[in-house]
Amino acid sequence: MGKFKNFTNGLVKENPTFRLLLGMCPTLAVTTAALNGLGMGLATTVVLIGSNVVISALRKVIPDEIRIPAFVVIIASFVTIVGMVLQAYVPSLYSTLGIYIPLIVVNCIIMGRAEAFAFSHPVFDSLLDGAGMGLGFTMSLTVLGSIREIIGAGTIFGVQIMSSGYEPALIFIMAPGAFLTLGLSIGLINKITEIIERKKAVKEDELA
Amino acid sequence: MKILLILVSGIFVNNFILSKFLGICPFLGVSKKLDTAVGMGVAVTFVMTLASAITYIVQYAILNPLNLEYLQTIAFILVIAALVQFVEMVIKKTSPTLYMALGVYLPLITTNCAVLGVTILNIQNEYNFIETIINGAAGALGFTLAIVLFAGVRERLELSDIPKPLQGFPIALISASLMAISFLGFSGMI
Repeated sequence: MGKFKNFTNGLVKENPTFRLLLGMCPTLAVTTAALNGLGMGLATTVVLIGSNVVISALRKVIPDEIRIPAFVVIIASFVTIVGMVLQAYVPSLYSTLGIYIPLIVVNCIIMGRAEAFAFSHPVFDSLLDGAGMGLGFTMSLTVLGSIREIIGAGTIFGVQIMSSGYEPALIFIMAPGAFLTLGLSIGLINKITEIIERKKAVKEDELA
Repeated sequence: MKILLILVSGIFVNNFILSKFLGICPFLGVSKKLDTAVGMGVAVTFVMTLASAITYIVQYAILNPLNLEYLQTIAFILVIAALVQFVEMVIKKTSPTLYMALGVYLPLITTNCAVLGVTILNIQNEYNFIETIINGAAGALGFTLAIVLFAGVRERLELSDIPKPLQGFPIALISASLMAISFLGFSGMI
């Protein structure tokens, strides 16, 4: 149960995008379509799992003073590998994501988990943490991408879902739409959390 | 003429924050007060211009001749991290007042994706040395412009009556969206 918690933590309670507000640059930049969000999320997940595992395995070897440069080199190596794999097997996704692939290096989620979790926990726990955080990130990116794609283009994963009379609100797949969608989504999640907590409080009152 | 074009494009049309989404973390993190936003802007301008020049030399003097282009990401991030550390030490020795003003922001710049982003874009766009420096400076000035304007907006937001679920980050993002719409107006300029 305890191990499983490491995994689910990143999905909901500490969701990197909606709760911790980490990794905002790729979140805003690549969510113009559901597929791009999914691709970026999965690429980041692979890097996150890899760097978490390696950093955790080397945590007794890396001296404390130079841990940040060491983290950066490990993360950058994984990013380079993922970039090359994408370029070789999914060149279309590679060219859409463009500059944001090398920029996974400076995604604060990865550095944050290395520092906050992997450097002080065993390998398997770190793997679960990386997978959970990565999938939480992927999920949020896909959701944001879907919202923007549906409103801005009338499609989802490239499939037309709105009726032909629907005029797409182009602004949603342009830059301002990114800020607006993320802002309103976080607001909505805050509201839902508030309602749930209020219900919980009422229930506890009744019990007492 | 090309230089002027790069300058205008970097500051207004392709603004790093509002149209390319680079450097969002400091944009949201240190934009609560006007003077800290100005401090961050100055520090970023300094590092970004310098990083553009140095990574240009690294790319064309070391990576290309040795056919090591695939090490670009690793090499650049190390250059930036070392540069930030070095700048911090130099400023600390030479100008304590400047260090007091910029000190806290400098370590944050290593993970500012705008810096790594601009160095990679310089190489992708095949700019020459002068254009690289101009592009770095223009991007940084655009960053400073956006973060300073945004800090002004956020200082006002603090005093406004905002529905509870939207307080803090959500309303900041919505304001940023409105700013991005106004910056879209520049896109016809080039």
